[in-house]
Amino acid sequence: MKILVCITNVPDTTAKITFTDNDTKLNKAGVQYIIGPYDDYALARAVELKEQLGGSVTVLHVGEADADPQIRKALAIGADDAIRVNINPVDSYFTAVQIAHIASENKYDLILMGRESIDFNSGVVHGLVGEMLGIPSYSPVMKLEISGTTATIAREIDGGKETLTAPLPLVLGCQEPISEWKIPNMRGIMTARTKPLLVVEPVSVEEMTSPEKYSLPAPKGACKMIPASEAETLIKLLRTEAKVL
Amino acid sequence: MSVLIFVELDNGSVKKTSLEAVAYGAEVAKLTGTTATVLALGKADSSALEQTGSFGATKVLHAAAEKLSHENSLAYADVLVQAVQQENSKIIIISKSGLGDAVAARASAKLKAGIVSGVTDLPVINERFSVKRSIYTGKAFSTVEMKSEVKILVVKKNAVEATEGSGSATVESFSPTLRDSDFQASVGQIEKASSELSLTEADIIVSGGRGMKGPENWQPLLDFAHALGAATGCSKPVSDLDWRPHHEHIGQTGIKVAPNLYIACGISGAIQHLAGVNGSKYIVVINKDPEAPFFKAADYGIVGDIFDVLPKLTKAVQELK
Repeated sequence: MKILVCITNVPDTTAKITFTDNDTKLNKAGVQYIIGPYDDYALARAVELKEQLGGSVTVLHVGEADADPQIRKALAIGADDAIRVNINPVDSYFTAVQIAHIASENKYDLILMGRESIDFNSGVVHGLVGEMLGIPSYSPVMKLEISGTTATIAREIDGGKETLTAPLPLVLGCQEPISEWKIPNMRGIMTARTKPLLVVEPVSVEEMTSPEKYSLPAPKGACKMIPASEAETLIKLLRTEAKVL
Repeated sequence: MSVLIFVELDNGSVKKTSLEAVAYGAEVAKLTGTTATVLALGKADSSALEQTGSFGATKVLHAAAEKLSHENSLAYADVLVQAVQQENSKIIIISKSGLGDAVAARASAKLKAGIVSGVTDLPVINERFSVKRSIYTGKAFSTVEMKSEVKILVVKKNAVEATEGSGSATVESFSPTLRDSDFQASVGQIEKASSELSLTEADIIVSGGRGMKGPENWQPLLDFAHALGAATGCSKPVSDLDWRPHHEHIGQTGIKVAPNLYIACGISGAIQHLAGVNGSKYIVVINKDPEAPFFKAADYGIVGDIFDVLPKLTKAVQELK
Protein backbone atom coordinates (compact mmCIF):
# COMPACT_ATOMS: atom_id res chain seq x y z
CA MET A 1 0.00 0.00 0.00
CA LYS A 2 1.43 3.37 -1.02
CA ILE A 3 -0.02 6.13 1.10
CA LEU A 4 0.58 9.87 0.80
CA VAL A 5 -0.24 11.95 3.86
CA CYS A 6 -0.42 15.72 3.39
CA ILE A 7 0.26 17.74 6.51
CA THR A 8 -0.01 21.40 7.42
CA ASN A 9 2.18 23.41 9.77
CA VAL A 10 -0.05 25.63 11.89
CA PRO A 11 -0.19 27.69 15.12
CA ASP A 12 -1.39 25.54 18.00
CA THR A 13 -4.98 25.79 19.13
CA THR A 14 -4.20 28.02 22.13
CA ALA A 15 -2.25 30.60 20.08
CA LYS A 16 -3.29 34.22 20.42
CA ILE A 17 -3.77 35.48 16.88
CA THR A 18 -2.55 39.00 16.08
CA PHE A 19 -1.14 40.67 12.97
CA THR A 20 1.77 42.92 12.07
CA ASP A 21 3.10 44.79 9.04
CA ASN A 22 -0.10 46.76 8.60
CA ASP A 23 -2.21 43.66 9.16
CA THR A 24 -0.62 41.76 6.29
CA LYS A 25 1.30 39.16 8.28
CA LEU A 26 0.64 36.87 11.21
CA ASN A 27 2.53 37.94 14.32
CA LYS A 28 4.56 34.79 14.99
CA ALA A 29 6.20 35.99 18.21
CA GLY A 30 5.55 33.42 20.92
CA VAL A 31 3.47 31.21 18.61
CA GLN A 32 4.03 27.46 18.88
CA TYR A 33 3.69 25.53 15.63
CA ILE A 34 2.27 22.03 15.33
CA ILE A 35 1.17 19.52 12.71
CA GLY A 36 -2.50 20.33 12.01
CA PRO A 37 -4.58 18.23 14.43
CA TYR A 38 -6.80 16.83 11.67
CA ASP A 39 -3.66 15.89 9.68
CA ASP A 40 -2.43 14.08 12.79
CA TYR A 41 -5.50 11.84 12.57
CA ALA A 42 -4.73 11.13 8.90
CA LEU A 43 -1.09 10.36 9.67
CA ALA A 44 -1.93 8.04 12.56
CA ARG A 45 -4.38 6.04 10.44
CA ALA A 46 -1.88 5.84 7.58
CA VAL A 47 0.81 4.42 9.87
CA GLU A 48 -1.68 1.89 11.28
CA LEU A 49 -2.65 0.77 7.78
CA LYS A 50 0.99 0.43 6.78
CA GLU A 51 1.67 -1.71 9.84
CA GLN A 52 -1.37 -3.83 9.03
CA LEU A 53 -0.98 -4.18 5.25
CA GLY A 54 2.65 -3.40 4.48
CA GLY A 55 3.80 -0.67 2.08
CA SER A 56 4.94 2.87 2.70
CA VAL A 57 3.79 6.22 4.02
CA THR A 58 5.14 9.40 2.43
CA VAL A 59 4.51 12.72 4.16
CA LEU A 60 4.05 15.80 1.98
CA HIS A 61 4.09 19.42 3.07
CA VAL A 62 3.72 22.56 0.97
CA GLY A 63 5.62 25.23 2.86
CA GLU A 64 8.94 26.64 3.89
CA ALA A 65 11.82 25.27 5.97
CA ASP A 66 10.31 26.40 9.27
CA ALA A 67 7.99 23.38 8.88
CA ASP A 68 10.88 20.90 8.95
CA PRO A 69 10.56 20.12 12.69
CA GLN A 70 6.91 19.14 12.14
CA ILE A 71 7.87 17.04 9.10
CA ARG A 72 10.52 15.26 11.20
CA LYS A 73 7.85 14.63 13.84
CA ALA A 74 5.65 13.00 11.19
CA LEU A 75 8.62 10.79 10.23
CA ALA A 76 9.10 9.98 13.92
CA ILE A 77 5.44 8.97 14.18
CA GLY A 78 6.05 6.41 11.44
CA ALA A 79 6.13 7.90 7.95
CA ASP A 80 8.95 6.49 5.81
CA ASP A 81 9.98 9.54 3.85
CA ALA A 82 8.96 13.13 3.30
CA ILE A 83 8.67 15.67 0.53
CA ARG A 84 8.47 19.41 1.07
CA VAL A 85 7.42 21.72 -1.76
CA ASN A 86 9.40 24.84 -1.00
CA ILE A 87 6.85 27.65 -1.08
CA ASN A 88 4.33 29.28 1.18
CA PRO A 89 1.05 28.61 -0.67
CA VAL A 90 -1.18 31.59 -1.36
CA ASP A 91 -4.45 29.63 -1.32
CA SER A 92 -6.02 26.17 -1.37
CA TYR A 93 -6.01 25.94 -5.15
CA PHE A 94 -2.26 26.59 -5.21
CA THR A 95 -1.66 23.95 -2.54
CA ALA A 96 -3.77 21.42 -4.41
CA VAL A 97 -1.86 21.91 -7.67
CA GLN A 98 1.41 21.17 -5.85
CA ILE A 99 0.02 18.05 -4.20
CA ALA A 100 -1.58 16.81 -7.43
CA HIS A 101 1.70 17.32 -9.27
CA ILE A 102 3.66 15.23 -6.75
CA ALA A 103 0.93 12.58 -6.68
CA SER A 104 0.74 12.37 -10.47
CA GLU A 105 4.39 11.29 -10.53
CA ASN A 106 3.82 8.48 -8.01
CA LYS A 107 0.93 6.05 -7.95
CA TYR A 108 -0.52 6.34 -4.45
CA ASP A 109 -3.36 4.04 -3.40
CA LEU A 110 -4.50 6.52 -0.79
CA ILE A 111 -3.99 10.23 -0.35
CA LEU A 112 -4.92 11.29 3.17
CA MET A 113 -5.04 14.69 4.85
CA GLY A 114 -7.03 16.42 7.55
CA ARG A 115 -10.57 17.49 6.70
CA GLU A 116 -9.35 21.09 6.99
CA SER A 117 -6.34 23.01 8.24
CA ILE A 118 -6.95 24.90 11.45
CA ASP A 119 -5.49 28.14 10.10
CA PHE A 120 -7.69 28.75 7.09
CA ASN A 121 -10.47 26.19 7.73
CA SER A 122 -11.20 25.86 4.00
CA GLY A 123 -11.71 22.11 3.79
CA VAL A 124 -11.35 22.08 0.00
CA VAL A 125 -7.84 20.81 -0.75
CA HIS A 126 -8.88 17.13 -0.78
CA GLY A 127 -11.69 17.84 -3.25
CA LEU A 128 -9.41 19.94 -5.47
CA VAL A 129 -6.68 17.29 -5.46
CA GLY A 130 -9.18 14.50 -6.16
CA GLU A 131 -10.62 16.32 -9.14
CA MET A 132 -7.20 17.34 -10.48
CA LEU A 133 -6.09 13.68 -10.36
CA GLY A 134 -9.43 12.29 -11.59
CA ILE A 135 -9.82 10.36 -8.32
CA PRO A 136 -12.87 10.30 -5.99
CA SER A 137 -12.57 12.28 -2.76
CA TYR A 138 -14.53 12.03 0.50
CA SER A 139 -14.60 14.15 3.62
CA PRO A 140 -15.02 14.21 6.55
CA VAL A 141 -13.98 10.61 7.08
CA MET A 142 -14.40 9.18 10.59
CA LYS A 143 -13.45 5.57 9.89
CA LEU A 144 -11.31 3.87 7.25
CA GLU A 145 -10.76 0.17 6.61
CA ILE A 146 -8.97 -1.32 3.61
CA SER A 147 -9.56 -4.75 2.14
CA GLY A 148 -7.53 -5.49 -0.97
CA THR A 149 -8.23 -2.57 -3.31
CA THR A 150 -11.48 -1.55 -1.64
CA ALA A 151 -11.96 1.02 1.06
CA THR A 152 -14.85 1.09 3.51
CA ILE A 153 -15.28 4.52 5.04
CA ALA A 154 -17.67 6.14 7.47
CA ARG A 155 -18.37 9.70 6.51
CA GLU A 156 -19.91 12.31 8.80
CA ILE A 157 -23.20 13.71 7.59
CA ASP A 158 -25.59 16.17 9.21
CA GLY A 159 -26.48 14.61 12.58
CA GLY A 160 -25.00 11.20 11.89
CA LYS A 161 -22.86 9.14 9.54
CA GLU A 162 -23.01 7.05 6.40
CA THR A 163 -20.88 4.07 5.42
CA LEU A 164 -19.50 3.88 1.90
CA THR A 165 -17.51 1.26 0.04
CA ALA A 166 -15.37 2.51 -2.83
CA PRO A 167 -12.46 1.24 -4.94
CA LEU A 168 -8.99 2.70 -4.49
CA PRO A 169 -7.38 5.07 -5.23
CA LEU A 170 -9.09 7.69 -3.06
CA VAL A 171 -8.38 11.10 -1.57
CA LEU A 172 -9.76 11.42 1.96
CA GLY A 173 -10.17 14.31 4.41
CA CYS A 174 -9.86 12.81 7.90
CA GLN A 175 -11.16 13.62 11.37
CA GLU A 176 -11.78 11.88 14.67
CA PRO A 177 -12.38 9.13 15.51
CA ILE A 178 -10.60 7.63 12.47
CA SER A 179 -7.64 6.99 14.75
CA GLU A 180 -6.00 8.20 17.92
CA TRP A 181 -3.17 10.72 17.68
CA LYS A 182 0.22 9.01 17.83
CA ILE A 183 3.05 10.25 19.99
CA PRO A 184 6.52 9.60 18.57
CA ASN A 185 8.58 7.24 20.69
CA MET A 186 12.34 7.50 21.28
CA ARG A 187 13.15 5.03 18.52
CA GLY A 188 10.94 6.93 16.10
CA ILE A 189 12.63 10.21 16.93
CA MET A 190 16.08 8.69 16.40
CA THR A 191 15.28 7.08 13.06
CA ALA A 192 13.42 10.18 11.84
CA ARG A 193 16.72 12.04 11.61
CA THR A 194 18.00 9.76 8.86
CA LYS A 195 14.78 9.27 6.89
CA PRO A 196 14.76 11.14 3.56
CA LEU A 197 13.27 14.68 3.44
CA LEU A 198 13.29 15.76 -0.19
CA VAL A 199 12.85 19.46 -0.92
CA VAL A 200 11.46 20.32 -4.34
CA GLU A 201 10.55 23.55 -6.09
CA PRO A 202 6.87 24.33 -6.81
CA VAL A 203 5.25 24.15 -10.22
CA SER A 204 3.71 27.38 -11.47
CA VAL A 205 0.01 28.04 -10.88
CA GLU A 206 -2.19 30.76 -12.32
CA GLU A 207 -3.13 33.34 -9.73
CA MET A 208 -6.61 32.71 -8.35
CA THR A 209 -6.69 34.81 -5.19
CA SER A 210 -4.43 37.36 -3.59
CA PRO A 211 -4.47 38.23 0.13
CA GLU A 212 -5.22 41.87 0.94
CA LYS A 213 -5.28 42.12 4.71
CA TYR A 214 -6.13 40.45 7.98
CA SER A 215 -8.45 41.71 10.71
CA LEU A 216 -9.66 40.76 14.15
CA PRO A 217 -13.23 40.43 15.39
CA ALA A 218 -14.79 43.36 17.28
CA PRO A 219 -14.03 42.95 21.01
CA LYS A 220 -16.80 41.33 23.05
CA GLY A 221 -18.71 43.54 25.48
CA ALA A 222 -18.88 42.74 29.18
CA CYS A 223 -20.81 39.68 30.31
CA LYS A 224 -24.10 40.50 32.03
CA MET A 225 -24.15 38.44 35.23
CA ILE A 226 -27.47 37.26 36.62
CA PRO A 227 -27.73 35.93 40.19
CA ALA A 228 -28.68 32.24 40.37
CA SER A 229 -31.53 33.14 42.72
CA GLU A 230 -33.04 35.26 39.91
CA ALA A 231 -32.22 32.86 37.08
CA GLU A 232 -35.61 33.43 35.41
CA THR A 233 -34.52 37.00 34.57
CA LEU A 234 -32.21 35.48 32.00
CA ILE A 235 -35.14 34.21 29.98
CA LYS A 236 -36.80 37.61 30.07
CA LEU A 237 -33.58 39.31 28.91
CA LEU A 238 -33.08 36.79 26.13
CA ARG A 239 -36.53 37.63 24.83
CA THR A 240 -36.67 41.40 25.33
CA GLU A 241 -33.03 42.42 25.07
CA ALA A 242 -31.23 39.84 22.93
CA LYS A 243 -34.44 39.00 21.10
CA VAL A 244 -33.39 35.42 20.51
CA LEU A 245 -36.39 33.73 22.11
CA MET B 1 -24.74 35.23 -16.62
CA SER B 2 -26.83 34.65 -13.52
CA VAL B 3 -25.35 34.06 -10.09
CA LEU B 4 -25.74 30.33 -9.48
CA ILE B 5 -26.58 29.07 -6.01
CA PHE B 6 -26.18 25.38 -5.20
CA VAL B 7 -28.68 24.32 -2.53
CA GLU B 8 -28.80 21.28 -0.29
CA LEU B 9 -32.07 19.45 0.16
CA ASP B 10 -33.34 17.60 3.18
CA ASN B 11 -36.37 15.39 2.67
CA GLY B 12 -37.57 17.38 -0.32
CA SER B 13 -37.20 20.85 1.19
CA VAL B 14 -34.34 23.32 0.96
CA LYS B 15 -32.07 23.42 4.04
CA LYS B 16 -32.19 26.61 6.08
CA THR B 17 -28.48 27.29 5.55
CA SER B 18 -29.06 26.92 1.80
CA LEU B 19 -31.89 29.48 1.91
CA GLU B 20 -29.37 31.85 3.49
CA ALA B 21 -27.05 31.10 0.56
CA VAL B 22 -29.91 31.98 -1.81
CA ALA B 23 -30.38 35.32 -0.04
CA TYR B 24 -26.62 35.90 -0.27
CA GLY B 25 -26.61 35.02 -3.96
CA ALA B 26 -29.55 37.32 -4.61
CA GLU B 27 -27.66 40.21 -3.00
CA VAL B 28 -24.60 39.44 -5.11
CA ALA B 29 -26.82 39.33 -8.20
CA LYS B 30 -28.07 42.84 -7.33
CA LEU B 31 -24.47 44.04 -6.89
CA THR B 32 -23.46 42.64 -10.27
CA GLY B 33 -26.58 43.58 -12.25
CA THR B 34 -27.85 40.09 -12.86
CA THR B 35 -30.30 37.53 -11.49
CA ALA B 36 -30.03 34.61 -9.08
CA THR B 37 -30.56 31.04 -10.26
CA VAL B 38 -30.81 28.12 -7.85
CA LEU B 39 -29.57 24.61 -8.66
CA ALA B 40 -31.39 21.83 -6.79
CA LEU B 41 -30.53 18.16 -7.20
CA GLY B 42 -32.64 15.14 -6.46
CA LYS B 43 -36.21 14.72 -5.32
CA ALA B 44 -37.79 17.98 -4.13
CA ASP B 45 -41.20 19.46 -3.42
CA SER B 46 -41.85 22.03 -6.16
CA SER B 47 -43.39 24.39 -3.60
CA ALA B 48 -40.18 24.25 -1.56
CA LEU B 49 -38.20 25.14 -4.69
CA GLU B 50 -40.58 27.97 -5.62
CA GLN B 51 -40.15 29.34 -2.11
CA THR B 52 -36.52 30.19 -2.89
CA GLY B 53 -38.09 33.06 -4.81
CA SER B 54 -39.00 34.71 -1.53
CA PHE B 55 -35.28 34.77 -0.72
CA GLY B 56 -34.49 36.41 -4.04
CA ALA B 57 -34.11 33.65 -6.60
CA THR B 58 -35.68 34.18 -10.01
CA LYS B 59 -35.31 30.65 -11.32
CA VAL B 60 -34.61 27.15 -10.09
CA LEU B 61 -32.88 24.54 -12.23
CA HIS B 62 -34.15 21.25 -10.87
CA ALA B 63 -32.30 18.08 -11.79
CA ALA B 64 -34.76 15.60 -10.35
CA ALA B 65 -33.01 12.37 -11.39
CA GLU B 66 -33.49 9.72 -8.69
CA LYS B 67 -29.76 8.94 -8.73
CA LEU B 68 -29.12 12.48 -7.50
CA SER B 69 -31.33 12.12 -4.46
CA HIS B 70 -28.50 10.67 -2.43
CA GLU B 71 -25.66 12.98 -1.38
CA ASN B 72 -22.84 12.54 -3.94
CA SER B 73 -20.28 15.33 -4.17
CA LEU B 74 -18.67 13.81 -7.29
CA ALA B 75 -21.88 13.81 -9.32
CA TYR B 76 -23.10 17.08 -7.80
CA ALA B 77 -19.91 18.90 -8.82
CA ASP B 78 -20.23 17.62 -12.38
CA VAL B 79 -23.89 18.67 -12.57
CA LEU B 80 -22.99 22.07 -11.10
CA VAL B 81 -20.44 22.59 -13.85
CA GLN B 82 -23.03 21.75 -16.52
CA ALA B 83 -25.43 24.27 -14.95
CA VAL B 84 -22.69 26.91 -14.83
CA GLN B 85 -22.03 26.34 -18.51
CA GLN B 86 -25.73 26.57 -19.39
CA GLU B 87 -26.21 29.76 -17.36
CA ASN B 88 -22.78 31.17 -18.24
CA SER B 89 -22.49 31.99 -14.54
CA LYS B 90 -19.43 33.82 -13.30
CA ILE B 91 -20.24 33.64 -9.60
CA ILE B 92 -21.24 30.47 -7.76
CA ILE B 93 -22.52 30.49 -4.19
CA ILE B 94 -22.54 27.42 -1.97
CA SER B 95 -23.35 27.19 1.74
CA LYS B 96 -20.38 25.94 3.77
CA SER B 97 -20.80 22.36 4.94
CA GLY B 98 -18.96 19.06 4.44
CA LEU B 99 -20.96 18.51 1.25
CA GLY B 100 -20.80 22.15 0.15
CA ASP B 101 -17.02 22.32 0.44
CA ALA B 102 -16.62 19.04 -1.43
CA VAL B 103 -18.86 20.13 -4.31
CA ALA B 104 -17.26 23.57 -4.46
CA ALA B 105 -13.75 22.11 -4.48
CA ARG B 106 -14.30 19.68 -7.33
CA ALA B 107 -16.20 22.30 -9.34
CA SER B 108 -13.35 24.77 -8.77
CA ALA B 109 -10.83 22.32 -10.25
CA LYS B 110 -13.12 21.44 -13.18
CA LEU B 111 -13.79 25.10 -14.02
CA LYS B 112 -10.35 26.47 -13.03
CA ALA B 113 -12.36 28.88 -10.90
CA GLY B 114 -10.94 30.65 -7.85
CA ILE B 115 -12.45 29.39 -4.61
CA VAL B 116 -12.74 30.98 -1.17
CA SER B 117 -14.37 28.99 1.62
CA GLY B 118 -15.64 30.49 4.87
CA VAL B 119 -16.94 33.78 3.43
CA THR B 120 -18.56 35.95 6.11
CA ASP B 121 -19.79 39.04 4.23
CA LEU B 122 -20.99 40.20 0.84
CA PRO B 123 -18.17 40.81 -1.63
CA VAL B 124 -16.84 44.34 -2.07
CA ILE B 125 -16.79 44.99 -5.79
CA ASN B 126 -15.07 48.06 -7.20
CA GLU B 127 -11.90 47.78 -9.30
CA ARG B 128 -11.35 44.54 -7.44
CA PHE B 129 -13.60 41.71 -6.23
CA SER B 130 -12.79 41.19 -2.56
CA VAL B 131 -14.28 38.81 -0.03
CA LYS B 132 -13.85 38.57 3.72
CA ARG B 133 -13.52 35.11 5.22
CA SER B 134 -13.19 33.59 8.65
CA ILE B 135 -9.79 32.08 9.61
CA TYR B 136 -8.07 30.58 12.68
CA THR B 137 -11.38 28.95 13.57
CA GLY B 138 -13.15 32.28 14.03
CA LYS B 139 -10.31 34.10 15.78
CA ALA B 140 -9.61 36.34 12.78
CA PHE B 141 -10.61 37.32 9.25
CA SER B 142 -8.77 37.53 5.96
CA THR B 143 -9.86 39.76 3.10
CA VAL B 144 -8.76 38.38 -0.25
CA GLU B 145 -9.03 39.53 -3.82
CA MET B 146 -10.47 37.00 -6.24
CA LYS B 147 -8.83 37.27 -9.64
CA SER B 148 -10.27 34.45 -11.70
CA GLU B 149 -13.04 35.00 -14.24
CA VAL B 150 -15.30 32.47 -12.55
CA LYS B 151 -15.49 32.66 -8.76
CA ILE B 152 -16.77 30.18 -6.20
CA LEU B 153 -17.74 31.53 -2.79
CA VAL B 154 -18.47 29.04 -0.02
CA VAL B 155 -20.47 31.03 2.46
CA LYS B 156 -20.73 30.69 6.23
CA LYS B 157 -23.97 30.87 8.16
CA ASN B 158 -25.12 34.43 8.96
CA ALA B 159 -23.14 36.02 6.11
CA VAL B 160 -26.30 37.91 5.26
CA GLU B 161 -29.54 38.53 7.12
CA ALA B 162 -31.90 36.20 5.27
CA THR B 163 -35.36 37.67 5.53
CA GLU B 164 -38.16 35.94 3.74
CA GLY B 165 -40.03 38.27 1.43
CA SER B 166 -42.71 37.36 -1.02
CA GLY B 167 -42.06 36.08 -4.49
CA SER B 168 -41.89 32.77 -6.17
CA ALA B 169 -39.14 31.35 -8.36
CA THR B 170 -39.88 29.59 -11.64
CA VAL B 171 -38.85 25.96 -11.53
CA GLU B 172 -37.25 24.64 -14.69
CA SER B 173 -36.41 21.04 -15.36
CA PHE B 174 -32.66 20.40 -15.81
CA SER B 175 -31.37 17.18 -17.36
CA PRO B 176 -27.61 16.95 -17.01
CA THR B 177 -25.57 14.02 -18.29
CA LEU B 178 -24.58 11.77 -15.40
CA ARG B 179 -21.30 9.85 -15.45
CA ASP B 180 -21.12 6.25 -14.23
CA SER B 181 -17.68 6.94 -12.77
CA ASP B 182 -19.30 9.27 -10.23
CA PHE B 183 -21.47 6.45 -8.90
CA GLN B 184 -18.84 3.79 -8.15
CA ALA B 185 -19.19 3.98 -4.38
CA SER B 186 -21.89 1.87 -2.81
CA VAL B 187 -23.64 3.35 0.16
CA GLY B 188 -24.09 1.05 3.12
CA GLN B 189 -25.59 1.98 6.43
CA ILE B 190 -26.85 5.45 7.14
CA GLU B 191 -27.13 6.31 10.82
CA LYS B 192 -28.95 9.50 11.47
CA ALA B 193 -30.54 10.85 14.59
CA SER B 194 -33.27 12.23 12.39
CA SER B 195 -35.57 13.18 15.21
CA GLU B 196 -32.93 15.53 16.56
CA LEU B 197 -32.37 19.05 15.35
CA SER B 198 -29.21 19.48 13.32
CA LEU B 199 -26.55 21.46 15.21
CA THR B 200 -25.52 23.38 12.12
CA GLU B 201 -29.10 24.44 11.34
CA ALA B 202 -30.32 25.11 14.89
CA ASP B 203 -31.15 28.63 16.07
CA ILE B 204 -30.65 27.65 19.72
CA ILE B 205 -28.22 25.12 21.16
CA VAL B 206 -27.94 23.93 24.76
CA SER B 207 -24.63 22.27 25.47
CA GLY B 208 -23.28 20.30 28.42
CA GLY B 209 -19.78 19.83 29.77
CA ARG B 210 -18.03 17.96 32.55
CA GLY B 211 -19.82 20.12 35.08
CA MET B 212 -22.89 17.97 34.40
CA LYS B 213 -21.00 15.30 36.39
CA GLY B 214 -22.27 12.28 34.46
CA PRO B 215 -24.47 11.05 31.62
CA GLU B 216 -27.21 10.13 34.07
CA ASN B 217 -27.64 13.83 34.88
CA TRP B 218 -28.53 15.01 31.40
CA GLN B 219 -32.31 15.06 31.82
CA PRO B 220 -32.58 18.65 33.18
CA LEU B 221 -30.50 19.84 30.20
CA LEU B 222 -32.66 17.88 27.77
CA ASP B 223 -35.82 19.28 29.38
CA PHE B 224 -34.46 22.81 29.01
CA ALA B 225 -33.50 22.19 25.37
CA HIS B 226 -36.90 20.68 24.67
CA ALA B 227 -38.68 23.70 26.15
CA LEU B 228 -36.58 25.98 23.95
CA GLY B 229 -36.87 23.84 20.83
CA ALA B 230 -33.09 23.71 20.91
CA ALA B 231 -30.53 21.26 19.57
CA THR B 232 -28.14 19.69 22.09
CA GLY B 233 -24.35 19.65 22.04
CA CYS B 234 -21.46 18.80 24.31
CA SER B 235 -17.79 19.50 24.95
CA LYS B 236 -14.95 17.20 23.81
CA PRO B 237 -14.29 15.62 27.23
CA VAL B 238 -17.96 14.67 27.48
CA SER B 239 -17.84 13.11 24.00
CA ASP B 240 -14.54 11.30 24.74
CA LEU B 241 -16.06 9.88 27.95
CA ASP B 242 -19.00 8.63 25.86
CA TRP B 243 -21.47 10.52 28.07
CA ARG B 244 -22.99 11.88 24.87
CA PRO B 245 -22.88 10.77 21.22
CA HIS B 246 -19.87 11.91 19.19
CA HIS B 247 -21.98 13.89 16.75
CA GLU B 248 -22.82 16.31 19.60
CA HIS B 249 -19.15 17.25 20.12
CA ILE B 250 -18.74 20.98 19.51
CA GLY B 251 -15.24 22.43 19.33
CA GLN B 252 -11.96 22.88 17.46
CA THR B 253 -11.94 19.28 16.23
CA GLY B 254 -15.70 18.76 16.39
CA ILE B 255 -18.67 20.62 14.98
CA LYS B 256 -18.46 24.38 14.54
CA VAL B 257 -21.79 26.03 15.26
CA ALA B 258 -23.19 29.50 14.70
CA PRO B 259 -26.62 29.64 16.36
CA ASN B 260 -28.45 32.77 17.48
CA LEU B 261 -28.17 31.49 21.06
CA TYR B 262 -25.62 29.12 22.60
CA ILE B 263 -26.20 28.08 26.21
CA ALA B 264 -23.26 26.34 27.88
CA CYS B 265 -23.98 24.30 31.00
CA GLY B 266 -21.05 23.20 33.12
CA ILE B 267 -18.48 23.92 30.41
CA SER B 268 -15.36 25.79 31.54
CA GLY B 269 -14.61 27.32 28.15
CA ALA B 270 -11.27 25.96 26.97
CA ILE B 271 -9.98 27.67 23.82
CA GLN B 272 -10.65 24.51 21.82
CA HIS B 273 -14.33 24.65 22.77
CA LEU B 274 -14.57 28.39 22.10
CA ALA B 275 -13.27 27.74 18.60
CA GLY B 276 -16.43 25.79 17.92
CA VAL B 277 -18.85 28.44 19.17
CA ASN B 278 -17.37 31.85 18.41
CA GLY B 279 -19.77 32.25 15.48
CA SER B 280 -22.73 32.33 17.88
CA LYS B 281 -24.74 35.52 18.11
CA TYR B 282 -25.28 35.28 21.87
CA ILE B 283 -23.54 33.08 24.40
CA VAL B 284 -24.95 32.23 27.84
CA VAL B 285 -22.70 30.52 30.37
CA ILE B 286 -23.98 28.69 33.44
CA ASN B 287 -21.21 27.41 35.69
CA LYS B 288 -20.56 26.79 39.37
CA ASP B 289 -17.08 28.31 39.03
CA PRO B 290 -17.01 32.13 38.84
CA GLU B 291 -13.47 31.88 37.43
CA ALA B 292 -14.52 29.76 34.48
CA PRO B 293 -12.84 31.33 31.41
CA PHE B 294 -16.03 30.92 29.41
CA PHE B 295 -17.58 33.93 31.21
CA LYS B 296 -15.08 36.15 29.37
CA ALA B 297 -16.59 35.07 26.05
CA ALA B 298 -20.20 35.22 27.23
CA ASP B 299 -22.93 37.79 26.83
CA TYR B 300 -24.91 36.55 29.85
CA GLY B 301 -23.71 34.48 32.77
CA ILE B 302 -25.07 32.75 35.84
CA VAL B 303 -22.77 31.48 38.57
CA GLY B 304 -24.60 28.69 40.29
CA ASP B 305 -25.44 25.03 40.61
CA ILE B 306 -26.55 23.76 37.21
CA PHE B 307 -29.09 21.40 38.74
CA ASP B 308 -30.63 24.27 40.67
CA VAL B 309 -30.60 26.75 37.78
CA LEU B 310 -31.74 24.58 34.87
CA PRO B 311 -35.20 23.67 36.21
CA LYS B 312 -35.81 27.36 37.03
CA LEU B 313 -34.92 28.31 33.46
CA THR B 314 -37.05 25.54 31.98
CA LYS B 315 -40.04 26.71 33.99
CA ALA B 316 -39.47 30.32 32.91
CA VAL B 317 -39.36 29.29 29.24
CA GLN B 318 -42.54 27.24 29.58
CA GLU B 319 -44.29 30.22 31.19
CA LEU B 320 -43.03 32.44 28.37
CA LYS B 321 -44.90 30.44 25.77
